[in-house]
Amino acid sequence: MKARVHVMLKSGVLDPQGEAIHHALDSLGFTGVTGVRQGKVIELELDATDADKAGESVREMCEKLLANTVIESYEIEIE
Amino acid sequence: MKAAVIEFPGSNCDRDLEEAFRQAGADVVRVWHKDTRLPEGVDIVGIPGGFSFGDYLRCGAIAARSPVCRSVVDFAHGGGYVLGVCNGFQVLTETGLLPGALMRNANLKFLCKPVELEISTTESVFTRGFAAQARITVPIAHHDGNYTAEADVIARLKGEDRIAFTYADNPNGSSADIAGVLSENRRVLGMMPHPERVVDARLGGTDGLALFQTLVNVLENA
Repeated sequence: MKARVHVMLKSGVLDPQGEAIHHALDSLGFTGVTGVRQGKVIELELDATDADKAGESVREMCEKLLANTVIESYEIEIE
Repeated sequence: MKAAVIEFPGSNCDRDLEEAFRQAGADVVRVWHKDTRLPEGVDIVGIPGGFSFGDYLRCGAIAARSPVCRSVVDFAHGGGYVLGVCNGFQVLTETGLLPGALMRNANLKFLCKPVELEISTTESVFTRGFAAQARITVPIAHHDGNYTAEADVIARLKGEDRIAFTYADNPNGSSADIAGVLSENRRVLGMMPHPERVVDARLGGTDGLALFQTLVNVLENA
């Protein structure tokens, strides 16, 4: 079983890297972009067979390590 | 007075911190990140600057989950003193001993230069040796020093007089110009600037000396 964790800065937190990407896109002529946020994706290979249990375990991983919930939010996909 | 300096893979200010404690008169023991307990009789733990674990995942995140950090958290919860500088500050926020987080500098640049700091409170063993509102010059060297916390956390830090140092000219976008914060019991200090780099006139200044000397004097007589 695989899990994919998307970690993003919370919506209220200014994202200087996203701003820089936005600026670079503008300078390349991509003028239609109204906002850029940068995050990260973490892929996990799991030996679990039960999706609910796997989800619960990955949620715990996010809370304890994978995300810093002071500034980041996360979403989990199990497949 | 005994200080323990923690060393992670990627720490690079550990010897400077050790030297600063020693110059102030402390005995210093080095502690490896895999050690599961602190040596007996430690009065203060120093977490040095550097790039622990290559800054992988987030700065300080992996170090904060290392075996020795569990002991440091217990030590702090038991009333122990802890000083975290630069990466050490990032580690302390990641352990939850200090509130907030250190994000990428607002201008995205690695900043390495002396900056002017204002002593925001003298109510701690770390800042008692300075005059209130005094200004000192201390170097910074970081890419992720942009202190960020929710508005209510910042308000609480201000209300409880827990902001130890502020930048005179904010270099990195930190909320409320914060350069260093204290824990609720005022015994844990995290700061991005490097006081251990200004304890010798031959190496650029002595503005950091008062921090270490006061700390050692107070803890020796405690």
